[in-house]
Amino acid sequence: MAIAREHELHHRRRGRNFGLGFVLIGFVALVFGLTIVKVSHQDAHGNPPGTSQGAGN
Amino acid sequence: MSDLSAIDHGHEAGFGDYVQLLKPRVMSLVVFTAMVGLIVAPVPVHPFVAFTAILFIALGGGASGALNMWYDADIDRVMRRTRNRPIPAGRIGGGEALGLGIALSGISCIMLGLATNLVAGAFLAFTIFFYVVVYTMWLKRSTPQNIVIGGAAGAFPPMIGWACATGTVSVESLLMFALIFMWTPPHFWSLALFMKDDYSKAGVPMLTVTHGRRATRRHILVYTILLAPFALGLALSPIGGPVVLAAAVLLNLGFIAGAVRILGRDEATAEADGYRAEKAFFRFSLAYLFLHFGALLVEASLRAHGLGGW
Repeated sequence: MAIAREHELHHRRRGRNFGLGFVLIGFVALVFGLTIVKVSHQDAHGNPPGTSQGAGN
Repeated sequence: MSDLSAIDHGHEAGFGDYVQLLKPRVMSLVVFTAMVGLIVAPVPVHPFVAFTAILFIALGGGASGALNMWYDADIDRVMRRTRNRPIPAGRIGGGEALGLGIALSGISCIMLGLATNLVAGAFLAFTIFFYVVVYTMWLKRSTPQNIVIGGAAGAFPPMIGWACATGTVSVESLLMFALIFMWTPPHFWSLALFMKDDYSKAGVPMLTVTHGRRATRRHILVYTILLAPFALGLALSPIGGPVVLAAAVLLNLGFIAGAVRILGRDEATAEADGYRAEKAFFRFSLAYLFLHFGALLVEASLRAHGLGGW
């Protein structure tokens, strides 16, 4: 049988679940953003642009 | 059966309790000093990487706070200042705090290493180890020098911020470390003076308990005097400048004057006015650190516009 009545306990648990949800979404966004920055600001060898020691230098 | 009245609601933690476990007030100091360390470094960092780095340094600081609360739950139960923390208040179990602390430690160090460089990640791991194992588990309960040596843990964040940008340790980052390291003892000893019986009840060998309050007042003055050369050294270093020098001179004069005032008082006088001078010194010590690092930030901004610096 489902619990029909809302209790303060449910509010607290819901708050905790939403909080954790936001943290996880934030973490995914952070890793995504970091990936974009790293990919667009580094050459194929992982060096920042203009600092590679390749044959062309 | 769904009789919820049978459940003890006081033991169900909310999201805020887990945040409290990460010691957000201590975290603010960690965030600020690490941010300054990162910004004043001579190597520019992409703003998003810098933001990520500060976030994971803060998380690492929070993780060590959770591990500290797990280990110190017995002390926290006794002390008035800490008995409402989530573990002694019964809202979060010790095992849960331990698990959270270990998980966040791992995440923060690995993510910082990936976002910036391995030196910074390893440095954060060492800082957590130092705070949890060296300070919390070993020194805090065994020597009145607990605050002096343990203060190193709180002094590492600007060095980590600097390492995020440069991947190394240098004189400038060591001077930032020294500033916080030398500032920590007078800051905490002034707190111990007006938190009267808390530490003795909990059996923590603070200087006030082992050597008495008179000796603590003397130690505060000695450390504020020893702190001044490091503050001036930082002001004269390549990341310093006229703004930092002016701040260092004014703040250290104020700090030493406060310490002299504390030394000139006896217990009867202090008790009569509710430890007014000791409390004022404690508040000033917080402002001291924020303003000092704020001056470094101002100097770095001026330098970026062709002003400031030496």
